[in-house]
Amino acid sequence: MTEIHSQTAAPENSAAIHERVVEIKNLRKSFGSQEVLKNLSLELFKEENLVVLGKSGSGKSVLIKCMVGLLFPDEGEINVLGKDVINLERNELNELRKEIGFLFQGAALYDSMTVKQNLEFPLKRIHKKLSQKEVYDKINTALENVGLIDALHKMPSQLSGGMRKRIGLARTIIVDPKIMLYDEPTTGLDPITSDEISRLINDVQKKYHTSSIIITHDLDCAKTTGNRIVMLKDGEVYANGSLKELENSPDEWIKSFLSKK
Amino acid sequence: MKNFNPSTPVIKAKTYATKQSIKLSEKTLQRKEKASGFLLDVGNMASFIGAIFRETFSTQFEFKEFLRQCFQIGNKSLPLVATTGAIMGVVLTIQSRPVLVDFGAVSMLPGMVAISMIREIGPVITALICAGKIGSGMGAELGSMKVSEQIDAMEVSATNPMRFLVVTRVLAATLMIPLLVIFADTLGFFGSWLGVNIKGSVSFTLFFSQAFSTIEFIDFIPAVVKSFFFGAVIGIVGCYKGYNAGRGTESVGLAANSAVVLSSLLVIVVDMIAVQITDMML
Repeated sequence: MTEIHSQTAAPENSAAIHERVVEIKNLRKSFGSQEVLKNLSLELFKEENLVVLGKSGSGKSVLIKCMVGLLFPDEGEINVLGKDVINLERNELNELRKEIGFLFQGAALYDSMTVKQNLEFPLKRIHKKLSQKEVYDKINTALENVGLIDALHKMPSQLSGGMRKRIGLARTIIVDPKIMLYDEPTTGLDPITSDEISRLINDVQKKYHTSSIIITHDLDCAKTTGNRIVMLKDGEVYANGSLKELENSPDEWIKSFLSKK
Repeated sequence: MKNFNPSTPVIKAKTYATKQSIKLSEKTLQRKEKASGFLLDVGNMASFIGAIFRETFSTQFEFKEFLRQCFQIGNKSLPLVATTGAIMGVVLTIQSRPVLVDFGAVSMLPGMVAISMIREIGPVITALICAGKIGSGMGAELGSMKVSEQIDAMEVSATNPMRFLVVTRVLAATLMIPLLVIFADTLGFFGSWLGVNIKGSVSFTLFFSQAFSTIEFIDFIPAVVKSFFFGAVIGIVGCYKGYNAGRGTESVGLAANSAVVLSSLLVIVVDMIAVQITDMML
């Protein structure tokens, strides 16, 4: 039985309270006989950093992939920025995707392109009317924001894991998305770099006023970035609340999850 | 209730029959799965080809990427194709010469080599070499892009990966393979001239005038036309295998391997069909 410990907590920014940018209802997704998401419902508020915590295989990544139409759910509703993702035509879905930034677990930089070309790729396709100077300025700004202006002409193979994540983030924010989806942004990084990435996520939220869903099982990242935390267990929302509320929960599973680093 | 003794011959026979029946049904199930897997693969490939056609004629063509792929496929395959073509010319000449000498028809050697190279050896050998080099490259590249979520990244940045990655590669392969075939044929002629001069002495002009007096323009057409199909087959199979690779790193190797095997096989099949059609028409 799913146990909800707290009803939806709003972000700290009071102006953004109750303005929902994502609304997911009764989502189900199976792969063969394995049911990954079971009747999952959640909401994301404007300018909120929502952390989705859960063990590996609990359906966290599947959830955000369903949100951008990379996977299609078996049942349920996904409403992003007022649009019903499941019933959108391809062109409409692409229009919606322009408003969503997705940072993949391994950054997913295009191997055959330089950092500059990686950043140009989405920018020139989404903002087609930009002049070459505007494109160049935007690339410089994005790289400055992630602190990697010197990497402009490097190939992805010349970058470390942390640098790749930063460039991935720069590629995502360069198109000014309204919603950011982070798929395990700190996985595979050392604690210092993880902390830097977590702070960067906060900086992006403040600077670009994005609403974010951060998929992670890294508690430090969750503590640094999350306004609200949703815990998934076996494909369902097991708990929902602020970090403080969850830390004070008497539930054994939540306690054991939050006490382990 | 009657008490059966499992050691009695009747019970043993029944148990054996049940086990055999289970084994049989498992085998049937496996065969059914294999058959449905094959049909599914054929259906997926048909829908993949349909998508390529749809995207080819869409308004937003990725011309820059197409040119890059032409360079990758065409220019970077030149040394391999040139070496293979020249060696095939030399080998074919050296192998054929003794037989023609026995029949006193050594003067027909340039013409025979020219026809063999243009009609069959040039296109097929070049296509098989390209199936190995280009097909495996496409399978591995797209497969690794799939595994590292680069194709998904393209999709979420509102770009059609089919248009950017697949259409450009398939068109580049379709266009570049015939050019590589012509290049291989030319190098094959030079190789043949060298082969003739290993055992005898024939001038460059005489060799080529004899070669070109035997072949007609009509010999080129079926060879060039089938080369376009070879290119399309290599491009489609390479991209299909890479684009539909699984999620693990092992699947990259599998995609590259199966791209080479299937595209080589299909090149031979297309060649057989092309030869039949040519034979009927000429």
